[in-house]
Amino acid sequence: MRNPYRTQKIAFFFLLIATLLIVIPVGIIVLIIIEKGLPAISWEFLSDIPRKGMRAGGIFPAIVGTIYLVSGAIVFALPIGVLAAIYLSEYAKDNLLTRLIKLAIVNLAGVPSVVYGLFGLALFVVFFKFGASILSGSLTLGIMILPIIITTSREALESVPYSFREASLSLGVSKWQTIRHIVLPNAIPGILTGTILGLGRAAGETAPILFTVAAFYLPQLPSSIFDQAMALPYHLYVISTQVPNVDEKTRYGTAFVLLAIVLVMNLIAIIIRYQFRKKKKW
Amino acid sequence: MISAKIAIKNLNLWYSDFQALKNVNTTFVANKISAMIGPSGCGKSTLLRTFDRMNDLIEGVRVDGQILIDQENIFDPKMDLVKLRKKVGMVFQRPNPFPLSIYENIVFGERIHKSNLKRDQLDESVEISLKSVLLWEELKDKLKKPALRLSLEQKQRLCIARLIAVKPEVLLMDEPCSALDPQATARIEELMRELKNKYTIIIVTHNMQQAARVSDDTGFMLLGELIEFGHTQEIFTAPKDKRTEDYITGRYG
Repeated sequence: MRNPYRTQKIAFFFLLIATLLIVIPVGIIVLIIIEKGLPAISWEFLSDIPRKGMRAGGIFPAIVGTIYLVSGAIVFALPIGVLAAIYLSEYAKDNLLTRLIKLAIVNLAGVPSVVYGLFGLALFVVFFKFGASILSGSLTLGIMILPIIITTSREALESVPYSFREASLSLGVSKWQTIRHIVLPNAIPGILTGTILGLGRAAGETAPILFTVAAFYLPQLPSSIFDQAMALPYHLYVISTQVPNVDEKTRYGTAFVLLAIVLVMNLIAIIIRYQFRKKKKW
Repeated sequence: MISAKIAIKNLNLWYSDFQALKNVNTTFVANKISAMIGPSGCGKSTLLRTFDRMNDLIEGVRVDGQILIDQENIFDPKMDLVKLRKKVGMVFQRPNPFPLSIYENIVFGERIHKSNLKRDQLDESVEISLKSVLLWEELKDKLKKPALRLSLEQKQRLCIARLIAVKPEVLLMDEPCSALDPQATARIEELMRELKNKYTIIIVTHNMQQAARVSDDTGFMLLGELIEFGHTQEIFTAPKDKRTEDYITGRYG
């Protein structure tokens, strides 16, 4: 006769193993990068320009470049993404056009990042003649994170209970005022979470900035949005593959800074979401 | 003759292909409580939601006929929905205060309707609204507390206060007590009797005792038709229609 407790134990065992298999690689990656990268971190490393053919000095221009690019992407993608999400969740009727738009957004999320890079090159760098610049790079990254922002914003807007809207409308408050004063304020934490996840993605991507902005080596800081800039992911690629005899410490230090920026952003997203869930009582 | 606050003329309503209201004709008088009763799905809530055109939110709704509120046809294309809904407020089945403080809940509508309101005007409106739902004494020291922490009954009263603050003339109540216990229900009914001096109240209820207790007029609906409408006492003691009698005596279905 079969022992139901034994099969249950076996099942639990395999489920646990599968779960551990997810956690272990993440843990190992983080540990290795911390172990090898942390010794490289110093004030000089964070605040100095790269020297001696990027074999010494710091990574300051790359950090600044990444911050510029990410900020630019968000300035572009957040308003458009949120407005589109409001339109889709509050105004759009369920018809062929809307379904096409939603399908396009899902597909946009699935486009490989190198394709965004090529698209950015063709549209912003060449067609609009922005050249390889922070502007082109930011716009390209912005388009890449649009689907993330639209999808999370739509979820946040749609999770605001229908009864709030009903109550507001029945007070003689117009639809737009209801969205502005009831729906949007209650959706902001969700929208922020999505935004920060998008930021993390934008900060870490190499391919979209490859043709649109990233400079191989640029010892000074960019002075306008039409300048090229260094960026952490591309800098990491360069010193790992294109420049011989770079200290392992420098490479892992760069990876450490990049990872830290992305993880901190994700952590902020998690904290906001947690605070929101704690407050949410409906 | 008593003037009709609301008059319904040959009202038909369809949800896509399904006809939910069939040729409804009646009038509702000011300063009275009218109750609509009938089995689930008879169209009583749908009828209630046509008075402030909340049905507009549902896709595929079609209406013909007229509803005149103060002699004004609310289906007129020129009808201002914001104006209509200020005049005709709705209390819902589940109390639905906003996730804001008690104070902010009450002043929400006013804040949006009028700009540059002074602090003391708002304070006054909060006091008047809460007093009219008999909550002022209980809550006057807790106005900054979140409304979502109130009891169900307090929430429902707050929702009524929130409506009163925008100075409506008609109060629509869609089974306002169905989430409440019997004591709270009795107190809300008491409040309704108090409020009818100032407002025209239409209540939808599946609770016949409640209709009998609280209303002046009662309408019985069945399968989208208004079978009978008249004085509550007559409807409950001497209904003219066999179907009304069957429903009231519990022989329906």
